[in-house]
Amino acid sequence: MWESLKARFIANFLYKNQWKYIADGLGITLKVTLFAGLLGVAIGFLVAMVRSTHDKTGKLRILNWVCNLYLTIIRGTPVVVQLLIIYFVVFGSVKIDKVLVAIMAFGINSGAYVAEIFRSGIMSIDPGQFEAGRSLGFNYSQTMWYIIMPQALKNVLPALCNEFIALLKETSVGGYIALQDLTKGGDIIRSLTYDAFMPLMAVALIYLTLVVIFTELVKLLERRLRRSER
Amino acid sequence: MNGNRTQPLIQVKNLGKNFGDMKVLKRINVDIHQGDVVFVVGPSGSGKSTFLRCLNLLEEPTEGTITFEGTDITNPKTDIDKHRQKMGMVFQQFNLFPHMTIMKNLTIAPIKLQGKKPEEARRTAMGLLKRVGLADRADAYPSQLSGGQKQRIAIVRALCMKPDVMLFDEPTSALDPEMVGEVLEVMRELAREKMTMVVVTHEMGFAKEVATRVMFMDDGYFMEENNPADFFGHPQNERLKSFLSKVLS
Repeated sequence: MWESLKARFIANFLYKNQWKYIADGLGITLKVTLFAGLLGVAIGFLVAMVRSTHDKTGKLRILNWVCNLYLTIIRGTPVVVQLLIIYFVVFGSVKIDKVLVAIMAFGINSGAYVAEIFRSGIMSIDPGQFEAGRSLGFNYSQTMWYIIMPQALKNVLPALCNEFIALLKETSVGGYIALQDLTKGGDIIRSLTYDAFMPLMAVALIYLTLVVIFTELVKLLERRLRRSER
Repeated sequence: MNGNRTQPLIQVKNLGKNFGDMKVLKRINVDIHQGDVVFVVGPSGSGKSTFLRCLNLLEEPTEGTITFEGTDITNPKTDIDKHRQKMGMVFQQFNLFPHMTIMKNLTIAPIKLQGKKPEEARRTAMGLLKRVGLADRADAYPSQLSGGQKQRIAIVRALCMKPDVMLFDEPTSALDPEMVGEVLEVMRELAREKMTMVVVTHEMGFAKEVATRVMFMDDGYFMEENNPADFFGHPQNERLKSFLSKVLS
């Protein structure tokens, strides 16, 4: 039993340095997740600002309409389909780095969810905070920046981290455009060795470890933020 | 820049405010002069708070004009943020910024809006904190204070901008009874220093003691206005008489 597991381990990972498929794939997965996450936060922040400004003041009607359209389309279609459309339709006729396509597709997708997280955070702040800021003479954006956003951000931090974890796992569908991410790396080994158990378990374990580490970091951060008050 | 007796500090002309079909304020005219301590009293839902919140345009008037220090602030071209710096406001729910220390609460607006140096803003804030007896709480967070302390801080926060008028929107209504006194004491002090004040309140005894003018609002307009002695001693309007008999008993 033990001997056979050892043999399979060697055949799957050590033979011809096949572990590199997983290591390289992990690198791609982290890269795509990180930059797609940043892109998502940037898009989400802008969309949330437009939407909550519209909710609060009734201004920015056209921009708000555009944002709503974006949210509806992105949240109404599967991320795999979005990825395929961006790769094969939008960039179908140009040669473009798959990593870049994946970052764009997952970033644009994540942005829609982040936008709603930010917006709910902004809307959850007591309107009195907003009025207090305005009554001191802060304009709309100063009030948002100095008074509303810091409080909203703290409230939505757990939801934001959930979204990031979801994003990390979602990038595993990158294989649809032959992106050599972590999942794809394991799958390549499986196709070479005809052993499904070893490579897929390794892949699953790595995802799990990443999520657990990230969750712990977030807990630490939350505890830190909470210490300043209450 | 301050108005004199002939030019009011705040001049309200034909002020009307509708919420949907409901007329909350009906063509109100009021002049508030430098040094006035105006108390606005009346039953709940009479429009008192809406009136006060219109003065610094937290509520946008449906009609009419409000002139503050000679500028029509209801004109959309007016930079309302600049004028709001001169109109301090104190809310029923305090509305301190929970993510900032007391000192930061007090200094952020002077630093960001009036270009004050941080040390200078802190010195001003500290001076005012001492006067309300809360100098030792400068580094605390709002959640660590009692309601009365919060409201005193909220008053100081407005004063740090060196306003020309202070607007109070039921400043003691959210407080436990034993904390009302400490807040009223700060307001009494302000009135003594001839700060121009507009106060919406249910504290009739306090109005009687501190006000220079008391105005009775009901049904969206001012039904009676007088000096405190006559307002409480010889009310004319029937609605005011019945209101006073209920609240003073």
